[in-house]
Amino acid sequence: MFVKQLSVFIENRKGRLEDVTNVLKDNDINIVSISLADTNEYGLLRMIVSDPIRGKQALRDQGFSAMLTDVLAVRLPNGVGKLQNLLCHFNEAELNIEYMYILATGSGNDSMVIKVSDNEKAASALEKAGVVLFNPDEAYAIHE
Amino acid sequence: MIWSEVETWSRGQVEELQLERLKKIVKTVYAGNAAYRKKMDDANLKPEDIQSLSDIQKFPFTTKQDMRDNYPFGMFCVPKKQLLRIHASSGTTGKPTVVGYTKNDLEMWAECVARLAAAGGATEDDIAQICFGYGMFTGALGLHKGLERLGAAIVPSSSGNTQKQLLYMKDFECSLLVATPSYALRIAEVAQEMGLDPKKDLHIKTALLGSELMTEAMRTEMKHVWGEDLQVTQNYGMSELIGPGVSGECLELNGMHINEDHFLCEIIDPKTGEVMPAGEKGELVVTTLTKEGIPLIRYRTRDITRLFYEPCACGRTSARMENMSGRTDDMLKIRGVNIFPSQIEEILLNSEICGPHYEIVVTRKNHSDALDINVEVAADKMTDSFKELAAAEADLKAKLKTTLGIAAPVHLVSANTLQRFEGKAKRIIDKREEDR
Repeated sequence: MFVKQLSVFIENRKGRLEDVTNVLKDNDINIVSISLADTNEYGLLRMIVSDPIRGKQALRDQGFSAMLTDVLAVRLPNGVGKLQNLLCHFNEAELNIEYMYILATGSGNDSMVIKVSDNEKAASALEKAGVVLFNPDEAYAIHE
Repeated sequence: MIWSEVETWSRGQVEELQLERLKKIVKTVYAGNAAYRKKMDDANLKPEDIQSLSDIQKFPFTTKQDMRDNYPFGMFCVPKKQLLRIHASSGTTGKPTVVGYTKNDLEMWAECVARLAAAGGATEDDIAQICFGYGMFTGALGLHKGLERLGAAIVPSSSGNTQKQLLYMKDFECSLLVATPSYALRIAEVAQEMGLDPKKDLHIKTALLGSELMTEAMRTEMKHVWGEDLQVTQNYGMSELIGPGVSGECLELNGMHINEDHFLCEIIDPKTGEVMPAGEKGELVVTTLTKEGIPLIRYRTRDITRLFYEPCACGRTSARMENMSGRTDDMLKIRGVNIFPSQIEEILLNSEICGPHYEIVVTRKNHSDALDINVEVAADKMTDSFKELAAAEADLKAKLKTTLGIAAPVHLVSANTLQRFEGKAKRIIDKREEDR
């Protein structure tokens, strides 16, 4: 039900981001979606990739600090008020959103990757509200 | 196993032998070395002034500077033809310090190292891989000869080419590792990069570490990567005194047992030079009791420790020195506050997210010293929450402030981005001179 997000710790230094993407390229791993958030000194690169387990191992083998985090991939039609409507469900269930970014599907029906304080609770709240989640394999295979 | 019965002698027996040997060595240096004779004449001292062990306190210290001033052979007490080996320290600042060994010196050295290796759990069944750099450095050949005397099989793989080291370690099923603490961790890291699990795929059961100090946090990390059952001890020495072999930990881990029949230890206040009462912390001063090539009277080691004389649970009665807290050389003076890198290391290694690799950078900004700490986020302790990263950073800063008394910004960096070392780690980067 949850999508495995690949997260990498990188300090803000020239070339570090490219080093990460290079490892993924060499291992033939596709980046489906990406988000980069940073402080003054370091950043967290969060990605949905075609093979998160192999991606994490490849990065670890090259000496990177990399890990997997369970996140929700929520189908979200493109339209006025759609995001507000989704957030409403989280509010009602008293869930905190830690971060979110777009899961690029390439079609009109774009989606959001969302990290909340409690995945299980969020999933059941969304199910009740009739919001559809991506199944993980489907998310990894977008663009393939 | 206790290698020599000397290690279980009573204090009376030890001190009687020490006094006899002290009288002899003072006589020898007075008769055989012009530099020592001049020092003693200047202080109005004769060899006969040694009547008890505490009489040594009247004698002047010997320092590294004395060795430099008398470079290369001015401190030697035997004719060159009696020498069988010459070693020298790297001499990063100024001339190297040169040490010479006679036949008896090499014998004594092997004996002393065999004792501490046995105390650390080494046996004749071991296959010992020595990952100290062979060459002018005393560490490798010291452990080599001592372990050979013990009956272990030696793999003299030296330092460097870590992948090749691991090939030997795995295929020869080496059971004992000799390295600096930082290189022992590096070897495990490279093993993991090669897809090997040091706990399962390698056979190291005993680690005899030395040549740089190991904090308790580092020992914990060592067991974390090499296996909880690893027998990990550290030993102490320096090339001026003999090389490794002055003292070493037994498996009780209650400090390092001193080879007291060969080394007489005192603790002094590094500022005043006064001898401190037993159990107090200060600078270690050592007199070699049997060395022939280059005997040293009251050599100032610059290492900070304290001495214990109670018998140990392992059965040895020899005096012990506490694991070093640092060197007076390494001590950083930041805005007037004395700081030992080992204090910083303890805090970093006990944190939630840091790995064992760090560097301490000292700079001078606006006429004031500044301390910055770069530390790697451990690959297996990472979090992808900024909140947790910020909390860990704040926690580190608070602990450093409490322990050190001054603020030290901590910078988290990616795993495997700081420099790695195959010998002694260089953790301090002092840029104050160039910034001035």
